[in-house]
Amino acid sequence: MVVISFICVLLRKFRNRNFTMKITYKSNPLIALLLVALFSANSFALDGGEKQDHQQHDGGQVDTKEEVEAYILHHLKDSHDFSLFSYTNSEGERKHFGFPLPIMLWTSKGFTAFMSSEFHHNDDGHVIVEKNGVKLAKIHGKIFELDQEATEVSFDDLHHATNAHKVFDISITKSVVGILIIGLLMLFWFSSLARQYKTKKIPTGFGRVLEPLVIYVRDEIAKPNIGAKNYRKFTGYLLTVFFFIWILNLVGLTPLGFNVTGQLAVTACLAIFTLIIYSFSGNKHYWGHIFWMPGVPVLIRPVLAIIELAGALLIKPFSLLVRLFANISAGHIVVMSLIAIMFTLKKDLTVGGATALSLLLSFFITLIEVLVAFLQAYIFTMLSALFIGMAVEEHEHH
Amino acid sequence: MEQLLNDFSPGLFVVQTILLLGLILLMVKFAWKPILNSLNDREEGIQSALDAAEKAKLEMENLQADNQKLLKEARAERETMLKEAREMKNKMIEDAKGEAEDQANKIIKQAQEAIKSEKKAAMSELKNHVAGLSLEIAEKVVRDELSNKDKQLELVEKMLGEESLTEA
Repeated sequence: MVVISFICVLLRKFRNRNFTMKITYKSNPLIALLLVALFSANSFALDGGEKQDHQQHDGGQVDTKEEVEAYILHHLKDSHDFSLFSYTNSEGERKHFGFPLPIMLWTSKGFTAFMSSEFHHNDDGHVIVEKNGVKLAKIHGKIFELDQEATEVSFDDLHHATNAHKVFDISITKSVVGILIIGLLMLFWFSSLARQYKTKKIPTGFGRVLEPLVIYVRDEIAKPNIGAKNYRKFTGYLLTVFFFIWILNLVGLTPLGFNVTGQLAVTACLAIFTLIIYSFSGNKHYWGHIFWMPGVPVLIRPVLAIIELAGALLIKPFSLLVRLFANISAGHIVVMSLIAIMFTLKKDLTVGGATALSLLLSFFITLIEVLVAFLQAYIFTMLSALFIGMAVEEHEHH
Repeated sequence: MEQLLNDFSPGLFVVQTILLLGLILLMVKFAWKPILNSLNDREEGIQSALDAAEKAKLEMENLQADNQKLLKEARAERETMLKEAREMKNKMIEDAKGEAEDQANKIIKQAQEAIKSEKKAAMSELKNHVAGLSLEIAEKVVRDELSNKDKQLELVEKMLGEESLTEA
């Protein structure tokens, strides 16, 4: 209860985001259907008119459908602070529990770095930080650089800043912290497993858990898809990606609130790595089949080349990046929506009923999400292995 | 779509690319390579151990079969040797028996012959002795008879008388 309520109290701003959920619906129909069924009474469309005032009065509590919606969408995005929870004290003052993270920017005046605490948790562009001769504001998790003469951010009707532009932001965000922690953890776990083999044939302790997973990826993913001849040099990449995605998916289910594998930038990066690997290791048969497909009329070959090239360079990586992103995002949306039943259905079902329903549903969905966490890591790795296998496959008869 | 593109953070993409590249390189160097090598070595070790065990089993079976064969052969040889020995024994006994019989017969024959000749000799000696003795006696009687003329005449008379009677 405590955990759930502080997650919900954690978030307060950001409600005007009209997040397009179509993609998540498409790629995860089961969960999306459930979501639609549960919230068919609730409108996803938000109008932020009187909400602004409402928020000021209740001290940032998240208890209406719109606020829950905004809260979830905010959670899905990367953040410049590592906030665990926030609350309002007796004087009506907002208190945040967490720690700031370093912001590193490439502005029009060069490189700038400072701690995120300088924005005082403001996320709607009202706090202006002046650094290195540039004025900076944080709007919906993005850092904007104000124009030279502007003193505060002005917004148009769609809530887009009119006198500020985005800067190149290489901050240590919450996602980067997650990546760093998981990366170091993986390095620690698996290098200690590797060290164990120097002294004994069979690992002990936690290594005994990790070893079968490594063997699983090697024997069930790498070997059958790439082939026994070539699998060895790609197994390192596949193992890294598998554990990276799986552990980050699982960490995303904890109250720490990471959503690393639900970041487009992260999944895009992973998909592009796979693209580069299979493109550079493709043999001449692979490229021959793309540019000059044997066995079809010559006139059709250029048309096929365009289709094949689009498939190899765009569709394959795009399917990888969208599948992972959408599944993880959908999972987070569903789990948080079900937790939010506690508040949104309070009036209809009484506090006890709403809490019981929320606990029951979110418990089972979380179990499913644990499965999805593994499944998505498996699918990403398996498809990467499959694409690599197609690129390095030996063709004997042609 | 616009929202999605808006949410895409190029900075995070760059940071993630660098971190992922570093992670892959470090993991390959410090974890995956030694782990996969050790796993391979271990699997090969297990395979070769199994092969060796299988080979040893086969060898053992061969050896056992050989032993069995040797044992059989040895047993057969013993049988034949025993048989031969028995035959030889019987033959030897048979031979010895025959020889002994021959020898005995021969000795008996010799003895009989010796006895025969001894007997002959003794008989001839006895004959000679008896003849001499008879001659001696006859000589004595004749001498005695011839010394007395009357008696000789008487005898002749008597003999003649006897003759006539007989003719009558």
